[in-house]
Amino acid sequence: MHEALKPYVGKLPRSILEEIEEKCPASKIKKVAEKALEEYNTAMIAPGEAVGLISAESIGEPGTQMTLDTFHFAGVAEMNVTMGLPRIIEILDGRKTLATPMMEIFLKSPYNKGKDIRKCALLVKETTLGEIVTEFVIDIVDLKIEAKLDAEKMALLGLTPARLAKAVSKAKTLSKEASVKENKEGNLVLKLKGKEEKGLNDLYKLKETARDVYVCGIKGVTQVLPVKRKDEFIIITAGSNLKKVLDLDFVDPNRTMSNDIYEITENFGIEAARQAIIEEVFKVIEAQGLNVDIRHIMLVADTMCVSGAIKGITRYGVVSEKASVLARASFETPIKHVINAALAGEVDKLNSVVENVMLNQAVPVGTGLPGLVTKVKKGKLK
Amino acid sequence: MAKKKKEEEKVEEAEKTPEEFPVETEPAEDIAEESADTEAPGEDAVAEEKERKPMTRERIEAIQHPVFKQVESIVFGILSPKMIKKMASAKIVTPELYDKEGYPVDGGLMDVRLGVIDPGLRCKTCGCKLKECIGHFGYIELARPVFHIKFIPIIHNLLRCTCRDCGRLLIPKNKMSSFKKHLDEVEATEGYEARQEEIKKSIAKLKTVKKCPHCRANQQKIAIDKPSTFFEGDKKLSPIEIRSRLEKVPDDDAVLYGLNPAFARPEWMVVTVLAIPPVTIRPSITLESGERSEDDLTHKLGDIVRINQRLFENINAGAPEIIIEDLWDLLQYHVTTFLDNTVAQLPPARHRSGQPLKTITQRIKSKEGRIRHNLAGKRTNFCSRTVISPDPMLGLNEVGVPAVVARKLTVPETVNEWNMAYLKKFVERGPGVYPGANYIIRPDGKRKKITEETKEAALEELQPGYVVERHLMDGDISIFNRQPSLHRMSMMCHKVKVLPYKTLRINPAVCAPYNADFDGDEMNLHIPQTEESRAEAEILMQVQTQLISPRYGLSVMGCLHDGISGNFLLTRDVEMPRENAVALLCHVGIEDFSRLPNKKVVTGREIFSVLLPSDFNFRGKSRNGKDVIIENGKLIEGVMDKTSLGGEGAGFLLRSLHKKYGPARTVDILHNILKLGIETLLITGFTAKLSDLDIPKEADDLINDTLNKAEEEAHQMIKAYEEGTLEAFPGRSVEETLELRILELLNKARTKCMNIVKEYADKTTNTIAMAESGARGSYLNISQMSACAGQQALHGSRIRKGYSGRTLSCFKKGDLSPEARGFVRHGFKHGLNPKEFFFHAIVGRDSLMDTALRTPKSGYLYRRLANAMQDLRVEYDRSVRDANYRIIQFEYGEDGIDVSRSENGKIDVQKIIDSV
Repeated sequence: MHEALKPYVGKLPRSILEEIEEKCPASKIKKVAEKALEEYNTAMIAPGEAVGLISAESIGEPGTQMTLDTFHFAGVAEMNVTMGLPRIIEILDGRKTLATPMMEIFLKSPYNKGKDIRKCALLVKETTLGEIVTEFVIDIVDLKIEAKLDAEKMALLGLTPARLAKAVSKAKTLSKEASVKENKEGNLVLKLKGKEEKGLNDLYKLKETARDVYVCGIKGVTQVLPVKRKDEFIIITAGSNLKKVLDLDFVDPNRTMSNDIYEITENFGIEAARQAIIEEVFKVIEAQGLNVDIRHIMLVADTMCVSGAIKGITRYGVVSEKASVLARASFETPIKHVINAALAGEVDKLNSVVENVMLNQAVPVGTGLPGLVTKVKKGKLK
Repeated sequence: MAKKKKEEEKVEEAEKTPEEFPVETEPAEDIAEESADTEAPGEDAVAEEKERKPMTRERIEAIQHPVFKQVESIVFGILSPKMIKKMASAKIVTPELYDKEGYPVDGGLMDVRLGVIDPGLRCKTCGCKLKECIGHFGYIELARPVFHIKFIPIIHNLLRCTCRDCGRLLIPKNKMSSFKKHLDEVEATEGYEARQEEIKKSIAKLKTVKKCPHCRANQQKIAIDKPSTFFEGDKKLSPIEIRSRLEKVPDDDAVLYGLNPAFARPEWMVVTVLAIPPVTIRPSITLESGERSEDDLTHKLGDIVRINQRLFENINAGAPEIIIEDLWDLLQYHVTTFLDNTVAQLPPARHRSGQPLKTITQRIKSKEGRIRHNLAGKRTNFCSRTVISPDPMLGLNEVGVPAVVARKLTVPETVNEWNMAYLKKFVERGPGVYPGANYIIRPDGKRKKITEETKEAALEELQPGYVVERHLMDGDISIFNRQPSLHRMSMMCHKVKVLPYKTLRINPAVCAPYNADFDGDEMNLHIPQTEESRAEAEILMQVQTQLISPRYGLSVMGCLHDGISGNFLLTRDVEMPRENAVALLCHVGIEDFSRLPNKKVVTGREIFSVLLPSDFNFRGKSRNGKDVIIENGKLIEGVMDKTSLGGEGAGFLLRSLHKKYGPARTVDILHNILKLGIETLLITGFTAKLSDLDIPKEADDLINDTLNKAEEEAHQMIKAYEEGTLEAFPGRSVEETLELRILELLNKARTKCMNIVKEYADKTTNTIAMAESGARGSYLNISQMSACAGQQALHGSRIRKGYSGRTLSCFKKGDLSPEARGFVRHGFKHGLNPKEFFFHAIVGRDSLMDTALRTPKSGYLYRRLANAMQDLRVEYDRSVRDANYRIIQFEYGEDGIDVSRSENGKIDVQKIIDSV
């Protein structure tokens, strides 16, 4: 860092120092830093400012202007994603199952230049037996099914009939019902197991269950779409399973992202989840053409993440963590909170806003925060 | 306080004021007089007669010194039978309410010891009158104990995890202490909530224990038959048995279960003594016919007392077990519905008319319940609400108040030696003459209405220490609000300006933060009544302090509509004789013309420049991309439009004014600019006319050409699709691809039309001027009117809804052509054909529905956010913390910058570098 900037470390935030360092010619640095400090001091947040409420306002107010349209086509070759108000609600609720989970898989070189892109995509996608079988031939006499395989697809997926047979026979839904073998033509033969008499009906059922048997790829990924973004290829998927994807050797684990906040928490930790919340919410607000400062979203993300796990902005999440009984009761299900408080003999210290509003007392934010340091002696007032 | 039979709220009160001054030998009665504000004047006179002692200075000070009490904490717990009896002031024994004279019966539910609701009566417990007595609890001794319905699940759990014989928790002795240790550890590391969670988990395991580890007694399964019957095996457990079992649970074990025995002994969950809420919370109403109609709670309590009595009688008479059981169950039902009338398995208790009773739970719960409606939300006096209308001559921080309103709303002013004469004049004028006064308030808090008759007496009485409530006057502080109050700029402080007529008036420039218009909107006006509140309002809430939105750090207020188009026209090409310019500026309120060039004809830019500070420099761009240059307070080049003057994030000129000259001056300049724009239009006249939308023949041909071509192309695409030669986009089906491509094509066609209109439009017309300046409307709107309304999109695609395979029955099935899928090729001026009209209506309706469905959703999100984050604040060490001092952020927004004091949330380093 430049010598002239050193005295300002700790006085100015790092982002500003870096910006000065980067943009400012050396001769001016001292003057610029002085001026920046002056400006920074006037722009600094005042103690007592009810920043939480301001953030809530800043996100809640534009919420009324957002569209409810769930789906959004950004460009031609994109997946359908939940956007607008429903998406914001989904994130802030801290929902575990998303309406449209999605991943953006970045690839390592040379794959990101387009090498084997189709193969990579196929490896990611969850493939079921039904997709690589061209035809199920039912043999009524021997009560068996011959599944004719699509050789081309098999090759692309790197499967041989033998390996396929092994994989299929392991499937839980199938292993008890039937035995799987390959025949000479390189096709799969499924035979009903069990000693007791089995009829045609069972065979049909078997065929249907066989269709849905998982063969290879990553579970949960229902659709893949390789696209070119800027000058590299990435794979966009519908359905998300970060853990498995990150294990693949052609995937660049540093940039691959999911829109599932919970998955991010599990795989990358809470700090990453916080960042993901900020980015996801910001993306939606930006797409709606609204202007909300990032600080507000940060604060929401931070309140959701302080405890170390994702807590939604719901009565089960953030609100349930409040210490004050009355604050919880004033939100939702008041009776439940009062009863539980009574059982535990809880004490409400009246530290937050609503309780004091209820009791007509000064609230401990803003101008209500400061108190007298000096103790006034009794009886001396006259 | 009287909400829950079993909830005890111990209020620890601590006085915050150093000393409570002893009131100098006033009889207690006298103090009780205060705050009676609705008394008849006759009564007033009587009270006055009684009190002729002169108001000495000492006495005034003594009475006036406010005693602020502050509640420090509230403890929650269950009321014990002992406690209920202790806090009760009457035992209720009879279901009768009134005797023959209509006087409350002693020992009845309306007993005067429980408080009074009739004017004239005095409470027997505290001796206070109606509205002074807050009411007192009573109690009923129940013949047989019953369950408190809200504690049923807890009782059930307790029974299952404690021994049926010795009452101990079913945890082996040696594990007891380690379990306790574990819980303490959990609480220390993860907090109280985690401890409760942990308790729940381990208790769940105890349900399967077969033998008591303490006394070796066999345990049986305890089942519950909802709502409130317990079975042990096949045997029914009576509340008596259960109570005696709960009594056996030792305190130490109760703690392990998560109860605090000091405030919640397990056996208190079975009710033996029922607390009767004071009459003041269940007042009866007298109907016009003179009949009394009792409150729902009183009805329910009557039922309880009646059944309780019958039960007593039957037990004493030795009635058969079955009858007693039945009555017992009935008592349980009544007590249950008294506490909660929405228990799932019970039929709700009803009025004779059939509507369910509103009992205690219903009173507390939900939006209309006590908590959200009365406790978290308050109502105020000294406020007013009417229709608003615009007045650009008012300052941005002023509000025009009708004289009628000003005579009703008052400001209290304390009399002292120096303002006595001044305030006496108000009293002299009385309530009818503006500016007068409506009330005087004696130092002991007694208010007296000023009327023609009492005027003289009031004048005579007035002395330092009295308060005069004088009429609202110009310059008074008020808080102005429009619902929905979505952000802090929805409530701003304005200075009052009393005006004739009957609407509240505001400057149209402050419409943006309030989101107001004048199509019948109403707004609220509040008058702060204390010096503290006035000071806070003036310093923190005035319009000029709210210029920059805390949402995005840019100005929310700016010129709008005529303010923009007027200045646009003025700075574009206007020239006028100097006299006219002076006249124009005079209208704006400028009196110093030294900055207007001394020549015969002055330009609009020169007129505009007069409003700017003489040392102001600015460089920017206008909407058409040309430079705007201001040097030394002179507009040298460029026109004023939305980018320079507008609000809501635009308004670069205003932004740099704000930065250089501060909020107060900016508001002044902004107001002048707005007035200048409006005055300019007043002089020149400004009308939008239908012929503004006329386009020349060749443009019309071009548009037709474009649209024909687009349609042709669309048909080709459809043909390609039908032949199967259309190539699909990756990841999409052919159908989807076709739809997307047609949509894109048609939207492009409309954009092309817009550009043609833009090119051929007559720039001198007012409609175009509005679009060009950004005052209202856009070229897109204009082209939709004069050329082509374009494709109507529903949910991001062309219209598909309707009959199977087609949108309307006049089309062939599977018709994919533009006109069959909602393409409107005519403009609004030409008119839409029936099909087009229908498609347009579909989309219009859909967007209405969208708005209607979105409002409650976003409202709920907002409520949740506000509730979750309302107590986050910046501490003195600059960290953001919640109510428990838990750190949420080490530094607000990672750099501690207040968005509303910054420019777009940033400190512009580049600008600083350039300026140094």
